[in-house]
Amino acid sequence: MQLNLDIPQLLERLHAAAGRVQRSLAFMEVCGTHTVAGFRTGLHATLPANVKLLSGPGCPVCVTAQGDIDLMIDAALDCHATLCTYGDMLKVPGTRGSLEYARGRGAKVKVIYSTLDAVKLAEANPQEQFVLGAVGFETTTPATAVAVLEASKRGLENFTVLASHKVLLPALRALLDGGEVKVDGFLCPGHASVVLGAEAFRQLVTDYAMPCVIAGFDARQMLAGMVRLTEMAADNKPDLDNVYPQVVKDQGNLVAQGIIEKVFEAAPAKWRALGEIPGSGLRIRDQYAHYDAIRRFGLKATDAPEPAGCRCGEVITGRCSPADCGLFRRKCTPLSPVGPCMVSSEGTCAAWFKYGPATKPTEVGV
Amino acid sequence: MNLPTHILLGHGGGGQLMDQLLDEVVRPHITNPTLEEGLDSALLDLNCASSGPKSPKLAFTMDGYVVTPWKFPGGDIGRIAICGTVNDLAVCGARPIGIALGLILAEGLETCILREVMTSIAATAKEAGVKIVTGDTKVVGRGQADGIFITTAGVGLTSVNLNPSSIAAGDLLLINGPIADHGLAVMLSREMPHLQTPIKSDVAPLNGLIQAVLESGAEVKLMRDPTRSGVAGLAADFAKRTGRRIVLDEKAIPVRRETRHAAEMLGLDLLEVANEGKVVIVVAAKDADKALQAMRGHALGHSAAIIGQFTERTDAIVELVTATGGRRIVQKPFGEQLPRIC
Repeated sequence: MQLNLDIPQLLERLHAAAGRVQRSLAFMEVCGTHTVAGFRTGLHATLPANVKLLSGPGCPVCVTAQGDIDLMIDAALDCHATLCTYGDMLKVPGTRGSLEYARGRGAKVKVIYSTLDAVKLAEANPQEQFVLGAVGFETTTPATAVAVLEASKRGLENFTVLASHKVLLPALRALLDGGEVKVDGFLCPGHASVVLGAEAFRQLVTDYAMPCVIAGFDARQMLAGMVRLTEMAADNKPDLDNVYPQVVKDQGNLVAQGIIEKVFEAAPAKWRALGEIPGSGLRIRDQYAHYDAIRRFGLKATDAPEPAGCRCGEVITGRCSPADCGLFRRKCTPLSPVGPCMVSSEGTCAAWFKYGPATKPTEVGV
Repeated sequence: MNLPTHILLGHGGGGQLMDQLLDEVVRPHITNPTLEEGLDSALLDLNCASSGPKSPKLAFTMDGYVVTPWKFPGGDIGRIAICGTVNDLAVCGARPIGIALGLILAEGLETCILREVMTSIAATAKEAGVKIVTGDTKVVGRGQADGIFITTAGVGLTSVNLNPSSIAAGDLLLINGPIADHGLAVMLSREMPHLQTPIKSDVAPLNGLIQAVLESGAEVKLMRDPTRSGVAGLAADFAKRTGRRIVLDEKAIPVRRETRHAAEMLGLDLLEVANEGKVVIVVAAKDADKALQAMRGHALGHSAAIIGQFTERTDAIVELVTATGGRRIVQKPFGEQLPRIC
C-alpha cells in the first residue's frame, strides 16, 4: 500500500508500531542503494531504539567474487581490449590492483553509463576489441542482454561481454536457509523489483514467513517500508507489501524479463561470503557464446582467496558491523580499500566510513 | 596509504587523494610560509617605503582549466577560466587588477572554437571588470592535449584582513544560492550529451557580490568558493582549519529540483559536486542579516541562505542535520567522483 504521509507522520507511526513490540527488531535492506540512502539521509539516527536496519548482500560490487574482478582487469591489461564498465567497478581491487590503477599504467578502461555506449564504441572502432564488464542484479542484467542482442544484430566481431550477473532471490533464500542470519523482514529494493515484480518476493513470505516490503530510495520511501515491516512484526502477520506501487508493478517488467531469458540461462554462481549458490548466476546462452568474452578468449577465473582479515562477507550478511572488523579504518579505508564493501560507493563499509555517525552510534549490525 | 606508482585521474579530484599527492610530492619541495597559508590567492606584502599594517597587499593566484567538453550548458572553458581566477582573488577580499592568459592548443583544434572561447573570455572579463593584460599561446601535437587547455594568473589588491582565527562558536556560514549545478551540468553534457536537461552551470564572477558583502558593514571572517569537492570539501577544510565542529542544515542548503534529481540518478552526493559561481562566507551571527541582505540584493545572490554554524565543540568534524531529521558526518570526498552502477 502507498503511505501518503510526510516524514514526521511516518516517524510517529514507526515509533508507535515499534512500541507495541517487546523485543528488538532487525530488518535487512537488500540493496546497496538503500544502504547509502540510509546513511546519507541520517535515517539510522531517527529509528526507534528497538529497530535496526542491517545491510544485506545487495551491493553488486560487494558480492562479485574476487576471481571475476581479476578477469576484468586481466582483459584490460593482457588482452589489449578496451574494458567498458560502470564507474563503481574502477576502484575494486583485484589480485593485481584495481582498474583505476590499471588505467594509470596505460590499460584502456572506459566508464560507461549505458551498455549501448559500449556497443556504439565497438561499432565506431572496428580495429579495436571492446569488452563490456558487467555486474549487478536484475536492475542491470537487461541492459547487458540488450547489448548482446544489439551486437548480434549489428554483426559486431569486436565486442564481447564479461558478465557476472547475479539473481537476487536464490541468494536471499540461501541466506535464510543458512540460518545464521536473524532478521525480522526484508526491505526489498525498488530498482530490481521494477524488473522482477513485487510478487517475486511472495515466496519468502510463503516459505519462510518472512515479511517483505518493497520501497524506493528516498528517506520517505524507506521509512514507509520500515513502518509496514514493523507493523507486520507487531501484528505477527508476515506479508508482502509494496510502498512503491507507482513504480513497481506486481508482475514487473515482462519485456525486460523476456530479454534476460533470451540471452541468459540460470547457472550456479560464486558469491563473495556466501560461496556458490545454485541458480543464482546467469550464463550467456550457447546461441550467443560468440559474445561471451570468457569463451571467446578462453579466459579462466581463478580462485583468489579473500584478503586476510577481511570480514566483508559477514558484513553483507548482517552478521557483523564494519566496526567489528579489525581492518576497518586501520588498514582498510576508501583511499586504500582491502575489501569490496569499502570499495564500492554502495558498500556498507564505505558508507559507514563516509557518513558514519559522529554523535549517535547506529549500532547497525551489532 | 602509500602513494600509487602512477598518477590516477582521482589525484585531480580536489579530494583527499589530491591532498596526499600535494602533501607528499608537490609541497615538500617548495614549502614556505606564504604557501603554507593555503589560501586561494597568496597575499604578498608590497614592501614599499610607505607600507604599514593597513596598506594593501598584493593577491596573486593562478589556475589551470582542462574541462571537457569545452562548452556546456551555462558556460565554456573561457568563462570558467576568467571566473575561476577572479573568484580566487575575490574570496581573499581582493579587487582583481589584471589577468594573464595562457592558451595551450592542440593541433587540429577548429579555429572557430578558439574564436568562440576568446569571445567568451572577453565578455566575461568585461562582466567582471577585469582586463587580460598579458598572455602566451602554445600549440602541441595532436593527442598531446585535449583540444584547448587554459592557464591563468591573476593579481589584485586587498586591504581586507580576513581573520579565520577570530571564528567563534555561533558564527554562521552563508551561501549565495543553489549548489551543485556546475558539476552536474558538465557531467551530464560530457557523459550523456543527448539528454535534454534544464541544468545549467552557475559559472559567474563573484567579485561584485563579494564586494557588496564587504561594503555592507558585516565583518567577514573567512570566504571560499566551493569548487572541486563542493560544499563538503569546503566545510571539511573550514573545520580542520578552525578546529571547530561545523553543523550544516540540509534543509537550508539551496538546491534546484532538477539538480537534485540528476544527482539522485547518478548516485552523487550534492554536497560533493563542484560549483563555479558560489561562495561560502563566514560571519558572526550579529552580522548575518547585513551580509544576507547584501547578497540577496545582488543578481547572483537572490536565494542566499544561512546553511550552517560553527559550534563549541573542537573536534574539527562537519555534521549534517539531514532533511529527515537524522544526523551524519560530512567528509572531504576521497578521489574521483564516480556514478554508481544502478
